[in-house]
Amino acid sequence: MTSAPAIHLRHISKVFGGVKALQDVDFDVGMGEVHCLAGENGCGKSTLIKIITGVYQPEPGAEIEIFGQRYAQITPTVARKAGIAVIWQDLALFAEMTVAENIAFEAVLGNRPRRVRHAEMRRDATAALDRLGVHLDLDARLGTLPIAERQMVAIARALVGEARLIFMDEPTASLTQTETDALLSVVRTLSAQGVTVVFVSHRLAEVLEIANRVTVLRDGRLVGVYLAEGMTQTRLTELMTGKTFDQHVAAQDTAASEPVLEVQGLTRKGEFRDISFALRRGEVLGLTGLIGAGRTELAHVLFGMTRPDAGTVTLDGRPVRFRSNRDAVAAGIAYVSEDRLALGLIQPQSISDNAVLAVLKKITGGAGLLSDDRQEGLVAHWVRELGVKIGKPGDAMNTLSGGNQQKLVLAKWLATQPKVLILDCPTVGVDVGARAGIFRIVRDLAAQGLGILLISDEVTEVHFNADRILHMAGGRIVGEYDPRQTRVEELEAAVYA
Amino acid sequence: MRNFLRSYPSEAKLLVVLLILCTLLAFLTPDFLTLVNLTSLLNNNSVNVIWAVGLLVVLIAGGIDISFAVAASVVQYICVYVFAAIGGGNWAIGLIVAGGLGMSLGLINAFLIHQFRIISIVVTISTFNAFFGLLMFITSGRFLYNLPSWWSKAVYLWEKETPQGWADIRLPVAVMAVCMVATWFLIRHTTTGRQLYAFGDNPEGARRAGISIGLMQAIAFGWCGMMAGIAGLMQANITKEVVPMALIGRELDVLAAVVLGGARLGGGRGSILGCFLGVALVAVTQNGLNLLGVSPYAFKMVVGAIILLAISTSNLDLARLVTPRRKGRE
Repeated sequence: MTSAPAIHLRHISKVFGGVKALQDVDFDVGMGEVHCLAGENGCGKSTLIKIITGVYQPEPGAEIEIFGQRYAQITPTVARKAGIAVIWQDLALFAEMTVAENIAFEAVLGNRPRRVRHAEMRRDATAALDRLGVHLDLDARLGTLPIAERQMVAIARALVGEARLIFMDEPTASLTQTETDALLSVVRTLSAQGVTVVFVSHRLAEVLEIANRVTVLRDGRLVGVYLAEGMTQTRLTELMTGKTFDQHVAAQDTAASEPVLEVQGLTRKGEFRDISFALRRGEVLGLTGLIGAGRTELAHVLFGMTRPDAGTVTLDGRPVRFRSNRDAVAAGIAYVSEDRLALGLIQPQSISDNAVLAVLKKITGGAGLLSDDRQEGLVAHWVRELGVKIGKPGDAMNTLSGGNQQKLVLAKWLATQPKVLILDCPTVGVDVGARAGIFRIVRDLAAQGLGILLISDEVTEVHFNADRILHMAGGRIVGEYDPRQTRVEELEAAVYA
Repeated sequence: MRNFLRSYPSEAKLLVVLLILCTLLAFLTPDFLTLVNLTSLLNNNSVNVIWAVGLLVVLIAGGIDISFAVAASVVQYICVYVFAAIGGGNWAIGLIVAGGLGMSLGLINAFLIHQFRIISIVVTISTFNAFFGLLMFITSGRFLYNLPSWWSKAVYLWEKETPQGWADIRLPVAVMAVCMVATWFLIRHTTTGRQLYAFGDNPEGARRAGISIGLMQAIAFGWCGMMAGIAGLMQANITKEVVPMALIGRELDVLAAVVLGGARLGGGRGSILGCFLGVALVAVTQNGLNLLGVSPYAFKMVVGAIILLAISTSNLDLARLVTPRRKGRE
């Protein structure tokens, strides 16, 4: 390499309470390069980023060079002064502060008190947003912004700090395709201006589109560094997981089976209107569309969490009207929510307690008290059935990986013995290997006669796993596709257009 | 107007309620809207406001302090002995000594919270008990009347004769104003103040940005302690005596008023205006009930009901009534 590398790391190891998160990893990023860090959840990507940015200290023996300068120890302040900025997956923004304050937050840092220059902060914030080509109300409280706009704020904040090296940890996980495209073009602009970008993403298509090179980690070890050009998604998946996968359309013809859930003219003002479809027994019905198309809102109505303004829902031939989601659960509808971390699981509680949360009535023994035996039996059954990898049932939920957590959410709802299962973006934050496992389970459940509504904004996911696909846009169903007769590219063109 | 409503929704709501209440009282009782009554309200509640702005800083930083009122009592007692030892003193020395002692007690809280990673409510309940127990043990609950004359004498800054009697503004009101302005400057216009908001809002985000957590705790609790000490000094000026149990229990009234004023118990939100309005609403309500001849035993009940009402309607968005709703957003 001709110029000094932006990052030059050797022998990076990190141990957390006996678990080796990173083992002797080397990592190089060239100046002005768009570099991608790829690997499954728990492979050590986040740990590596946290070491480079000074959040964690590596084990002794590490060599760290940033922009040609050697550092014995990195602290967050040192990292920032060296020109390193991170856009964390959880954004690390301040919900109660304004957009301008969040973007120009650097201006208020430092231990010695100074006067806050409000006008200057606003000017910096405006400049950063202009560079992104985004317009936001500078005085809006951040907490009132939708997640996609908060993401823009986080990116703008990195730009304000005159960052020479920006880490983006899953920056596109919550963006629509248009916003993702906008982000990718910003990344290219930055790269052209000599800013180095290290990109972490689960979406391999994106990775290959944007990156010059890809560093792959697996189980805390370096697998290798590869040129993005000539790399395929399949090959990258194999490198990340160490296994081979072949993706094919799983769709089956279910036209013969009777409908379990029928929806006619369902409307909720401001969210969606005139939605009609039938979900058949044993069918996986895909529902795709951009963020904001009204998919999740529709799911909420079907699950009794909100009420429709017009239209009917028929379950097993009988019209139903839910007053709350308790009614929906009792009628046989289960809903695995989009936001697993916040809504689906109670993270600090045990795996076992989480699994039985929706069926506490079933595990009560005499006198209405909870029976430990029944709880144990139920948990053991579902852990076996779904192939969840757990330590002990008593371990806290947050000790599990994303994929295993998602399986447990499934278990929790399957224990209610539903007729209809609504899966809302079931693979968000779940890595490639575990995704395959989840969809195998979905297929098995369909084969057992469940009607499954699979909601996802990843068109490929729906294409390969659903029997039939509904396309939703602007609160309406605008198209229906058969994956066996439609190529994935056509579907992508229709949805992302 | 719209900006004010959007940035300070709780404060705006509180202001509306306070104005309605004042208007009602003005019609219901002839004694309410008089200069004598209003100035005495101000004089008597200045101490609460000083405490409130101190506590506000702690709440903004995501903590809570139960010990400040008792700390003020401790400061009063130590002050009596310090002033006797130095042969009297004056207001300048008094403010420095009381503020400094209060700050030291606040820093004890900060040290315990940061060093042993104990949540602030547990630490300050402990120090509340420790401070009070120690005070009662050492003083045997004795009252002190032998205050230096500068301390116990009322300082009139302004007075006027009205048909209802003399109306006046005393020193505690001026000190309150200075404390309000100083705290306002700290939290709105210094980088440290913005860091306090950020730390209370998202501690992990603040830590990652390189904000010193220990420093934040020290500033928040130190400031709260300093305000508590100054408030203690002012309280003794008003009552002209130092009584060990005089201030215990006041911490909850102040806490309720600050939360009423829009400060969030989770941190990251709250304003000086809100503190003032929160204290004012409670004070005006009690004053009104008093003037209307309602039994004092009913005061606490009514104040409790007001706080419940305020908290349960805190999701009501006034800004939305003024701003046309944006459509088609997700």
